[in-house]
Amino acid sequence: MTASPVLELRDLHKVFPLRGTFGRVRGEVRAVDGVSLSIPKGQVYGLAGESGSGKSTIARMIMGLTRPTGGDILLDGVSILGRQASLAHRRKVQMVFQNPGASLNPRRTVGQSIRVPLDAHGFPGNRQRRVAALLEMVQLPRHFAERYPHELSGGQKQRVAIARALAVEPRLLVLDEPTSALDVSVQARIIELLEDLGGELGLTYLFISHDLSLMRNFAQTVGVLYRGRIVETGAVAQVFGAPQHDYTRLLLASVPVISAEEEAMRPAIPLINGEIPTAEDLLALRQQARSKERQA
Amino acid sequence: MSVLLSVEGLSVSFTTYGRRSQVLHDVSLAVPEGAQIALVGESGSGKSVTMKTIMGILPVPPAKVEGGRILFAGRDLLTMPERDRLRLRGTAMSMVFQDPMSSLNPVFTIQDQLGTILKYADRRLGRDRDRRGRRVRILEVLAQVRMRDPERVARSFPIMLSGGMRQRILIAMALLSEPRLLIADEPGTALDVTTQAQILKLLKDLVTENGLALLMITHNLGVVRQTCGYTYVMNRGRIVEHGATQAIFEAPAEDYTRNLIAAVPRLTGRNG
Repeated sequence: MTASPVLELRDLHKVFPLRGTFGRVRGEVRAVDGVSLSIPKGQVYGLAGESGSGKSTIARMIMGLTRPTGGDILLDGVSILGRQASLAHRRKVQMVFQNPGASLNPRRTVGQSIRVPLDAHGFPGNRQRRVAALLEMVQLPRHFAERYPHELSGGQKQRVAIARALAVEPRLLVLDEPTSALDVSVQARIIELLEDLGGELGLTYLFISHDLSLMRNFAQTVGVLYRGRIVETGAVAQVFGAPQHDYTRLLLASVPVISAEEEAMRPAIPLINGEIPTAEDLLALRQQARSKERQA
Repeated sequence: MSVLLSVEGLSVSFTTYGRRSQVLHDVSLAVPEGAQIALVGESGSGKSVTMKTIMGILPVPPAKVEGGRILFAGRDLLTMPERDRLRLRGTAMSMVFQDPMSSLNPVFTIQDQLGTILKYADRRLGRDRDRRGRRVRILEVLAQVRMRDPERVARSFPIMLSGGMRQRILIAMALLSEPRLLIADEPGTALDVTTQAQILKLLKDLVTENGLALLMITHNLGVVRQTCGYTYVMNRGRIVEHGATQAIFEAPAEDYTRNLIAAVPRLTGRNG
C-alpha cells in the first residue's frame, strides 16, 4: 500500500474576471489553467515560473487564501475545499514568504511573532519553552526572542520566519522565493537549514522560485509553469538535462551561469533578428512549423 | 588601450549620530576605453558607494571622501568645479539604474521624457536640434534598443510598458547623451530571467557596437560572467581580488572569492 501524497492538486483552475468601468465583467484571466501535481512525503517539489505564470495564485489557493474556480486540493488525501477545513488545514500547511522584512511585524519581538501561531492554534504545553526550542531549531540563540526584526540581518529574519512557520508542526511548507532577497552566501545557509529541517521533521516542501540553478540543487521534482499550465514536469535532473518543451529550453538558456560546464548544458536557442526571442516568439514559431507540416 | 576611468586609493567615510565609520578603504580600479568591467560584491560590500562616488551622487554629509582620486579622461572628478562635473554627468558618463519604474516619471510619455534628456544633452554638447530633429533621434534610439514598435512606444506612458521595455527605455536614455562610459547598476535584476537575458545581451551588443566602456555593478556572478571580461571583487569596503573574469571564476586566489563562488548554486547540480 502506498501512502497518499502530502499534497495533491487535481486539475486546479482559477479564473479571475476582468472588470471594466462600473464593475462590468469585460473578460477573464485564466491565472491557473488545469494544474495537477502531487508531492510525496519528504519530497521537495520545485515550481518554476516567471511573473504571471500563476505560481503565486497556486500558493494562495493551497494556503486557503483564494478559492479555486475548479479542481481540487488534497492534503494527506483529504480535500481542503470542504466547509470543515479551516484551522485544522492551516495547521498542516504553513508558508515562508519572499521578503522577511515585510512578513515580520516590526512592532513585535521575535518571540511574540513566533508565538502568534501557537496562540491561534491553542498549542498545548509551555509556549515559551516551545519558542525557545523553535529558535534553537533554526540555529538562532535563545535571547533573540527579545529582539525586534530591525535588529536582525536578512538571513536571521528569514530564520525567524521559518521558525514561525514550523511552530504548529505543519506537514507542508510552501516556500515562496524564500531566498531571493538574500545574498548568495546567506542563501546557501538558509537552504542548508531547510534541508536539515526537512530531514529531521519529515517535512514536505513546495518550493516556488524562478532561480533554476537553486531549484536544480534543492528540489527532486520540478514543474515548469507557463501561463497557468505546467508545460513540463519530471525529475529535476532529467528536465534540466534534456528539456523537451520550448519554454523550458528558453528558461534554461537564460540562466546566467558561472562555469563552462553549466554553459555546455544550456540548450541553444535560435536568435530572431540577432535577438534572444521571447517565449511568445518561440511558441509562435513552433505553431507555424506545425501548421506547415500539416499542410505538407 | 588608454584608461578612461581610474579610481585611485579612494577612501570614503560616513558620519551618523557623531559616529564615523569608514566604508571604503583604499579602493582602486581602472576602466579602459571600450572595456567591460564588473564590480561585484554582496550587500554592504561598498560597491554602490563606489558607484555613487564616481557619479558624484553621494550625499555629503553624512558621507565624506577621505582621500583618493577619480580620474575621468585624465581629469580628477573630485577636484574639478561643480559646473564641469555637471557637464560630464549624464553626458560623457551615463547611468542605467536598476529599478525601471521609479526611474521614470509616470505622468509623462516616453517621448516627453526622452525629449527632455535629449534637449539637455544637446545644450551641453552645443548641438542645435529642433523639435522634429529630436523626434527623429528619439525614434532612432528606440529602434537602437530593439523596440519593435518605436512609434507606439514613444507615445506610451511608463505604466503601459512591461518591465523589460522600461529597462530598455532607461538604456535609451543613457545612450541619448552619447556617453563614453556607461555605468549599469544591477541591470535586469528586477526582471524575469528570460527578460534579463535579453537585456544583458542588448547592453553587451550596444557597448560593443558603439565602442562604449561599461562598468557593471552587481551581486550576481552569473551576470558578470555573461557580460564582463574583467572583474573586481569587493568585500567590506575593499577590493579583495581582481583579474580576468574567467581566471577569477575558475581559480579564485582569495578565500572570500572562493567561498562566494562556492555558494552559487550550479545548474549542473551539486559539486559540478
